[in-house]
This record gives sequence, C-alpha cells and structure tokens, in this order.
Amino acid sequence: MAKKEYAFYPGCSSQLKASASNYLTSVNSMCKTLDVKLTEIPDWNCCSASIGYCEGGELPRLAINARNFAQAETHLPGQDIVATCAACWLSARETKDRLDGSAQLMKETNEALAAAGLHYNAEVEIRHMVEVLIEDFGYEELKKSMKKSLEGIKFAGYVGCQTNRPFGISGESFENPLYLDKLVETFGGEALTKYDQKVACCGGALAFSEPEKSQKQIRDIVESAYDHGAEMIVTPCPLCQANVEVYQSEINKKQGTKFNMPVLYYSQLMTVAYGGSMKDAGLDGQLIRAEKLEKITAK
Amino acid sequence: MADNKFAAYICAGCGIGETLDVKSLEKIAQKEGKMALVKSHPFLCSEEGVKTIQDDIANESVTHICIAACSRRAKTEAFSFPGISTARANLREGVLWVVAAGAEHDEVRQEMAEDYVRMGCAEVKKMILPQGNPDKTQAKNILVVGGGMAGMTSAIEAAEAGYDVVLVEKSGALGGFAKQLWKRVPFSAPYSEAQPTGVEELAARVTAHPRIKLHLNSTLAETAGAPGRFMIKIAQESGGVSDITVGAIVQATGFTPYDVNKLPELGGGQPNVVDQAGLETLARTANGAAIQRADGKVVNSVIFLQCAGQRDDSGTHLSYCSGHCCATSIKQAMYFKDANPDVDTMILYQDLRVPGMGEDFYRSAQDKGVTFTKGKATKVAGNGHGCSVEFKDLILDELTTLNADLVVLATGQVSNAGVDLDKWTEVSTAAESGDASAKEEQQRLRTTSVLKMNYRQGPDLPQLKHGFADSHFICFPYETRRTGIYAAGPTRRPMDLDQAITDATGAALKAIQAVENAAAGRASLPRVGDLSYPIVRLEGCTQCKRCTVECPFGAIDEDERRFPQFNEQRCRRCGTCMGACPVRVISFENYSCDTVGMQIKAVNIPDEDEDKPRILILACENDAYPALDMAGLQRQVYSAYVRAVPIRCLGSVNTIWITDALNSGYDGVMMMGCKRGDDYQCHFVKGSEMAYYRMSKIGDTLTQMGLEPERVQTLEIAITDSVRVAGLINDYVKQIKEIGLSPMKGFG
Amino acid sequence: MATNLQTPAPYHNNFLREVEERVEEGEWVKMCMQCGVCAGSCPFGPHWEHSPQKIFMMIRAGKREEVLTSDAMWMCTSCYNCVVRCPRQLPITHIMHGLASYAHRLGLVPKGQPTHEFATMFWNNLAKKGRVNELKLTLALYFKDGLVAGIKTVVLAKRLNPMEIFGGHAIKDLKGFQAIIAKAREIEDKKQGLTG
Repeated sequence: MAKKEYAFYPGCSSQLKASASNYLTSVNSMCKTLDVKLTEIPDWNCCSASIGYCEGGELPRLAINARNFAQAETHLPGQDIVATCAACWLSARETKDRLDGSAQLMKETNEALAAAGLHYNAEVEIRHMVEVLIEDFGYEELKKSMKKSLEGIKFAGYVGCQTNRPFGISGESFENPLYLDKLVETFGGEALTKYDQKVACCGGALAFSEPEKSQKQIRDIVESAYDHGAEMIVTPCPLCQANVEVYQSEINKKQGTKFNMPVLYYSQLMTVAYGGSMKDAGLDGQLIRAEKLEKITAK
Repeated sequence: MADNKFAAYICAGCGIGETLDVKSLEKIAQKEGKMALVKSHPFLCSEEGVKTIQDDIANESVTHICIAACSRRAKTEAFSFPGISTARANLREGVLWVVAAGAEHDEVRQEMAEDYVRMGCAEVKKMILPQGNPDKTQAKNILVVGGGMAGMTSAIEAAEAGYDVVLVEKSGALGGFAKQLWKRVPFSAPYSEAQPTGVEELAARVTAHPRIKLHLNSTLAETAGAPGRFMIKIAQESGGVSDITVGAIVQATGFTPYDVNKLPELGGGQPNVVDQAGLETLARTANGAAIQRADGKVVNSVIFLQCAGQRDDSGTHLSYCSGHCCATSIKQAMYFKDANPDVDTMILYQDLRVPGMGEDFYRSAQDKGVTFTKGKATKVAGNGHGCSVEFKDLILDELTTLNADLVVLATGQVSNAGVDLDKWTEVSTAAESGDASAKEEQQRLRTTSVLKMNYRQGPDLPQLKHGFADSHFICFPYETRRTGIYAAGPTRRPMDLDQAITDATGAALKAIQAVENAAAGRASLPRVGDLSYPIVRLEGCTQCKRCTVECPFGAIDEDERRFPQFNEQRCRRCGTCMGACPVRVISFENYSCDTVGMQIKAVNIPDEDEDKPRILILACENDAYPALDMAGLQRQVYSAYVRAVPIRCLGSVNTIWITDALNSGYDGVMMMGCKRGDDYQCHFVKGSEMAYYRMSKIGDTLTQMGLEPERVQTLEIAITDSVRVAGLINDYVKQIKEIGLSPMKGFG
Repeated sequence: MATNLQTPAPYHNNFLREVEERVEEGEWVKMCMQCGVCAGSCPFGPHWEHSPQKIFMMIRAGKREEVLTSDAMWMCTSCYNCVVRCPRQLPITHIMHGLASYAHRLGLVPKGQPTHEFATMFWNNLAKKGRVNELKLTLALYFKDGLVAGIKTVVLAKRLNPMEIFGGHAIKDLKGFQAIIAKAREIEDKKQGLTG
C-alpha cells in the first residue's frame, strides 16, 4: 500500500513531555505499521481549546487556528491536517466551518493573519486520526496488519464529547457512536454492548475549576464501565483519558471507592495488536497499569 | 321471473378435504339444504373450479349458489357471479383454522362445518337478487351553501369536474371571512412571508364560470327530498323565492369568531383591545403602512394573547383549540414588523402550535424579531394610553405587567352549523305534546337553521362535538349523517384557510359521488355500490315510529298518516330500521329477518345430554367478523361450539333473532359490534349504541323464558381484536358450561 | 451603548439586540423555541442557576444584569450535548461561551468564579508562548487554592516533564503569533464597540 502523508497537528497535550505524550508515542508506532507519514505542521500553535473562549473571544481564536491552516497550506501543500487531540480537531473544524460560512469573518481573519505575513486560502481539510483510520483505511484494512489479538479483554468504549459532538465521525450517531467498539472488535477485543456513559462528559477543562462537579461525572463513567463488566476503558480524547485516569485515586480517597481501571487510547490498543512493545504503545506511561495488555506485548 | 335453481359448491382445497368429511357435507347440502345441485371441487377458486360454477349457471340455469369454502371476505373476485345470489359458508377461517387440531376434535369440527353448510344453504334460499332502488333520480347538480373560501372552492372544483353548481351566499358578495383578511398564512415554500389571500381571484373565477349560478343576498328557505332530488327553496333578501332541484349539497357556512365581549378579564370590549379579525381590519386600512389604532394612534407596541377564551377547562369559554390562531398571530405580528421592525411585538402563548409547514413560518417571525413568550395573561386593563397586560412568564416563573398600545386576542372559531339537533329534539317533543312556549321556541330555532331541512329528525346537520357539523370523524372525515349533504371548512371543524380549501375539495368530490350513486340507485359510503334498499310492508306497520327515530341518517320521514316514509337515496343500508321494527315489516332483498333467522334455525342443536352447547355469534361485518377471520389467519384456537353469522351492523339485529335462538335451544348469544359512545367506531354511528339499548331491555323477556341474563352478551370488538376475540369466546363457553345448558332444548 | 448596568425596559428588545450585536453567535438567541431540551441535556444541570433555555428567555425579557452576572454560563463544559439535541440547531455551547466572554469583557463576572479564573489563566498561558505549558498552568492553580492533586502523579508517571517549568515548548514566530492576536482583538473590539 502506498504511503499516506498528512500534515500533523499533535497539539499541546500530546507534545513530547506533556500529559498525553503516551498518546503521541502510540500514534507514531501505529502509523509506522500502517505506513503513514505524519509531518508536523511547522511552528504550529495552540488551538485555544474550548476553554480559551473567555479571554480569547471569537476572532482571536479563529485567527490562531487559521494560523495553523496557513502554515500547513504553505509548507505541506495538498496534505490534510490530521489532529489526534479531540479539542484540537474540534477547534480547527469549528474555525474552518465558521470561516467557510462567513465571508466577513474570513476577511477579518486574514486581516489578522497579515500581521504575521500569513494568508489562509481555505484549501485545507481538517481531520481526526480516527477518521483517517476508518475512512482512509477501513476496519478490514486495519486488521490486515494485526499480529496479536486482544482476545479476552473487555473494553468500555468511552467516546466522550468532542470527537462525537457537534461534528462526530461520519455515519455515527451522537447518542450511540460505535466506531470505538468496532475498532476494539477488529483487533479481537470484546466491546461493551451497553455502556450508558459512553458519550457522557468527564467535565472537560472544568475538572480543574469545578473538581467536585467533574468528579461526579468521572465517577459515573468509571462506575458504569465496572457495572457492565469492563476491564479497561478506551478513548480517543486526551482530556477524557487524563481526567478519567488521574482522578480515580482521588475519588477513591474521598468517596471510598476502589477504582483501578486502566484508561487507554485506541492507538495504544492498536500498537499492541500490531505487535509493538510496551514502550512502543506508551503503556509505561499509564498511571493505572494495563497489565493484561502488557502481558500481550510480552507474548 | 324464471324459477329459482339452487346449487351448492364445496371446496376441498386449503386442507379442507384432508380435515373434513366433504362427502358428508355434500350430503347435508343435498338432503337438508335442499340444493338441487351439489358439487365438490379440490380447488374451487381456481380457473377450472370457477368455470364449473359458471357452466352450471349457463347450462343448468342455476340462480342461487352457496359456496362452502373460505370466508366471504376472501376470494371475492373469483366468486363474483353477476346476477346470481350468492351465500358463503365459511369452512376455512371459520372452522379449519380455529378448531383445535387432533382426532379428539374431529367430531365437533365436522359438526361445525356441517352447520355452516346448513346455514349457507338456508341463507341463500331466502335471498333475492337486489335490483337497485327503482326510484332512480336524475339531478346531478350541486348546491353549495356559503360563498367563502371553502364554498367557492367546492363550487369551482365541482364545476371544473363538469357538474352544474348553484351557489347561495347570504351576503351581497363572495369571499366570506377570507375577504376580511389583509394577507394569509403562506401555503407554499419557503413558508416565510404572509401571502395575498387570493380571494378576489377565486371570486372572479366563480362569478365568471358558466357552470356556476350565483344567488347572492340569499338563504335557504327549505330543503326537502333526498340525494338526486333535493328540492330547495332559495329566499332572496328582496323577498322572492325560487325553487330548484339539486343532487347534493355542500354546506360551507364558515364560523363566527368567539365574542370578545365574553372576555372582559382580557380586556374584551375595551377600545384598544381587538380580536384577530379586528386586527385584519386595521391592517387592511393601513394597506402596508404603519398600523394605526381605531383612534388613529400609530401602534408602537402590540401584545398578542393566544388561546383567548379557548382551551378553557373552567367550562366558561371554548374548551377546544381552533388550530389556526398561532399561525395567524405570527402572521399579524409580521404585519407590524414588516412595516416597522422597531415595533415591539410579543406573542404570549402557553403552547405554540403551528401545524403543517407552520414551523418555518414561526422561525421566520423569530428571525424578524417577534418576541415569543411562554406565559399566561391574567389581566388586561385599559390605561391612559393603551393597555396594561399582567401575565405570568412560565419560563421565568414570575408575574410581570407590560404596557402596550394594542392588545390582540386570539379567539377561537365558533361553527355556523345551524341548529343543535339535541336541543331541537327536546323542544319539538315538548311542542308535539302541546307546550305553547316550546312551539314558539321551535319556530325561533327554525329561523336560526342554515339548511331548513324538513327531515323528521331536524332542520340541520347533526353535530358531533362543540357545535361543529360532523359525522364520522374517525373513518370518513367528510361524511355527515345526512346522505348527500357534506360539511366543509370551519363549519365542520376549526381550521385555517389552507385546510378549508382541501376540505372543500374533498366535500365537492363526495357530493359528486353522492349524485352518481343516487342516479344509479346505489348506496353511498360505507356500503358503496350496494343495490339493496329497505323495503317496507306498510300494511303490517303499527306506526310505532321506532324506525323513524332510530335511523342514524334521518332517512325516514313520516307521511300525513304517520306511516314511515322511506327516502331510499338517504339510506346507508345499515339495517338499523330492520333491527328496530317490532313487527318485522322492514327488510332488504338479500338481508332480512329471514336470511339471518333461517341461518339461526338451520343449526343442528344437540340434545341436552350430549353436553355440547351451541352459542350464536352475531358479528358486525365491519370489525368483528374480520377480527374472527384474522383469528383464523393467526390460527387462534376457539371453541367449536360457536356458530357465527355476519351482520351488516349490530343496529340491524332484530330481537326476534335472539328470542328465536334461545327458544330453539341455543345456550348463549354473543353480539359483537363496534365501540359505541362518544368516541364510537360504529360505521353507522348509532347502530352499536342502539343494540346495547335494545339488549338492556331484553332482560324481562329472558326472565319470562326462565333464562339467565348471561345468556345474551353484547361486546365491543375492534378489527384488531383477533387474539382477544378468541379469548372472549373461550371464556364465554366456560361461563355457559358453569351456568349449565339451556333448558329450552328440544322445544324449538 | 453604555457598558454599565442599566435595566432595559422589560420584554423590549434592547438587551436582545445588544446580545445579537456583541455576543458570539448571539443572533441565534431569538430563535430558541423554549422546549427545554438543552436544560435536560446538560451534564452540569444540577449545578447551574439558570438553564440555557431560561437564559435565552431572560435575554428576551431584558434581564441584563441577572444574565451577565450569572454564573450559569461558566458551568459549560463544552460537551456540545445541547447543540446536537437542540431541535432549532442553536449553537448553545458557543452562545454560552459568548455570553461568558462578554460578561468578562464588561467586568461583570462574579468575583472568584473558578472557571472564569482558569479560563483566563489558560489563554494567558497559551498567548505567552503560543502553546500551553501544562505544568505552569496546573502549578499556578495548585498554588492558588490547593486543588489538582492529580498533577503530581502525572509528573510521577513521567508523562509530564518538570523541567518544562524553566522554558518548555514555545513557538518560533512568537512575535507574529502575538501580532495576529493583537490584530484580531483590535478588529473584534471595534466591532463590539468596546474601544474608542
């Protein structure tokens, strides 16, 4: 299969030495197997995430996202921008949508970009890594490189919010998207058929500012995974991953629960299925170790 | 008339031959059924099987046939023999598919099949081929009463279809309520702007149409006759009267807005409070410019109060929703916004309902800046400059008072349907017994009548609910209980212009059907095309008036000697009169006291010591009989002790059938009809109701016979009750066994 | 229009117009049909004072002060549940963000509103280097009110490098990046009438 090339937008949390660096590690391993070449957008900047709204307002947020587009158009012409982070993807998609829909905003944005000598031509496409996997490869194609099965592990596919709403993955429903479950099943794992917190919110950025309220969300997400018999949670979003993994111990402390549920990225599962090592899959970065997966890597 | 020759054909297909003793059935048809010709066939509905029958008709002069095969509701095309009286014995759905399998049931199964063959033969022997109403009428023109949007639409539709139309309009011009409107709610994409009403164009088309004759400033002075021969007196305002004959009538007399003066708490009657009609007048005066109040002040703020005097559960005002008013207020708020976007326009609603594509219209108004507030007005009072409106915001949960230059009350539609027949019956009964004030009241009521019919049951269309002229809303929305007279537009139910136009088109088509059926001597809906009609032996009549009172369609008047006078063209052929007649002088050629009575008597009643009860089912052919068929189709198992006879309507059940059945040793009777009451499902409106009423009086007869009241049951069966009906039968058989078999056996 | 707190005439459209002109996606507020699906779809439903549905009605009713000083829109987690369920397809999440941002620009946010503080900090963090320095961000919070216990463990799991605090990620054309923001802000302020 021919090499596929994309303009890569890793985002702040997936940078080296940041909180979702294990996401980046496993994405790199996965892409190596799939012969995908990811070239970082030169000098990319933060998307401002959703929480940037307060100080950022509308146009500054659109402008900084458009800066990334302009960089990609200039330096990686013809390549789709691919984001791994849900928030990066969403901010970028939203920016593109809004600029495409308003000549006025497009004009103002380019006025702002001109301050740095840049221009956005509205040529670039914005995609999430999951879209690349499903649309450019497809489940069957992804399965071809499988070396080890994830058989015997039951995963709760926690889709969360921002890869699901408001855009979502094409062909999926907002209330019950199935792509994570299908990915799990593609590689031999067992997906929960019923998981009522599948698209619930983990609190997002409010995990920092409203910890009590967010931890109630997180508790429900983990509890429901346990209730339906899951051994691990799998997610496509770095903030979901961090919130749901990191706060389990605190919830245990405050509420006397005994949560100890590993929370992984789909790319980690795929790296393991493709025969990658524990390190390739970034499993060494888990706070809650995914022992069953580690065992498969050791096989 | 040629001699009758009777033949029976027994089908052995669909498993009948394997399960039943067909030879023995043949013998029964021959010996007991007295059929001149009896044949069986392995596949009777096949081309070859049907040809056997056709050959016998051609070569053997067979005139009456009994087909013992599947239900009368199956294979109707194959077993259709024009000019031949045909009865059907239901061996497949009625026996084969419902009696429990297994050799232990062979005996009762065979007995059941034999009885159905006996019944089919007995029925066909009493059947006469219907010849159609000999009094075929010729008038095919259509009278439209009311020259509003609905009336004009009916007129133009009928005229364009090639029927002459007479249009009678009370006022001096066409247009009705629609003519008062500045604009109308949009009826085509993109549903975002109010549109011209189109009323002037339609009026011009109606006026110019060669097939339409207009009578302006005119009302009806009398309506007599029946479909195909209505005799109408048209009274001109100037005093002249003209007589015309028409085939059918469309009543499109519209509505009157609810009187705002009944709503003083909402400011009704105050100078700066108008209803929606009043606002249209202001808008027409403004002619697209800023809307001014009656006192000349330009309106800068307006509040629309939805459901004013509507959806009222206190019993004071209208209890129903008039359907159009939300969209109408939206349209009217746009009048203001379109003239000046700075006018404050608020629509205060509790539930906004915009049927059809109205949701787009609603969005368009929001886009124009109309403020929609979910709230309930509690008080409207005049102040120095305008009005103050006190309301509770139901979202913010707080009481607020706002000032506005103008308040518009969205009041409801009150039907112009004419006289309430319940009231009429009450008054005229009192008048007949000599009450002088009742006589006066009767005269007064008559002047308020629209149609001024001389029908025994009253001068206008019956009303279904809330004073709207209506009949069978559930199944046949355009139908009324007066054959050949159709209500259209808001006189039938609350509606907007668009719905009124659709409604009027439908009514015009119904009117055309009615005149065509009447001209061919056939029945109208629901027994469309039925050529039988009620025949009465007047020499036996006791003038008891039951038929004239109970006919659901007002088809029977009284002549000067107080004998019933049948108007066949008004009749729907339900047989309620036949069921009502205590002396059994009313019958149809192919459906009579005898065709059913002989079937009942044909059943072989086993001796008491055989312990085999016999239960008669009289099943309405509209719902109950299909439900029984479907029970068979689903292979529901029910007792082989029942014998089902399809009837036209429970209303046609004459009590003689019940007493005959019980006298001859049946152990019980199940009467299965449609739902009765306010939300009735009876195809003939009152038939099911009448049956209940009559059976409530049968208790004494049963007691005299020494029988338990449980031996007669009246049940409501819907067409979907296939599972339930099997259960009801089995429960009843159990109950009868507990009561014990009838002591009447052997006397019959 | 003055930015101080005046009470507009109730149910007249003054405040609605202000929102339409100055709040991100504010022109959608009038299109709400008050069904309440947003209220029933919000994960932080039990915590806010006013549902989006109610906020929209308050805007129409002219309750300027109550809306802009409310903490309701600060409860938005950006989950977009309301957006995808709204039968009128209102971008409710963005309207909430827009109202919050507008309240912030006017200085009307309740003092100490934690999400307000975090959101401001987040933007300032990214604006400084072009990328978010997660460690500085979380430490700032940690020292502020002792929250965020989890961060220590992330550090321990070696996914977050403590050395980041001395420099960490920054974009190369920081000057250009900041110039873009400054220009965008200038255009937006002008549109919203917040300058000159």
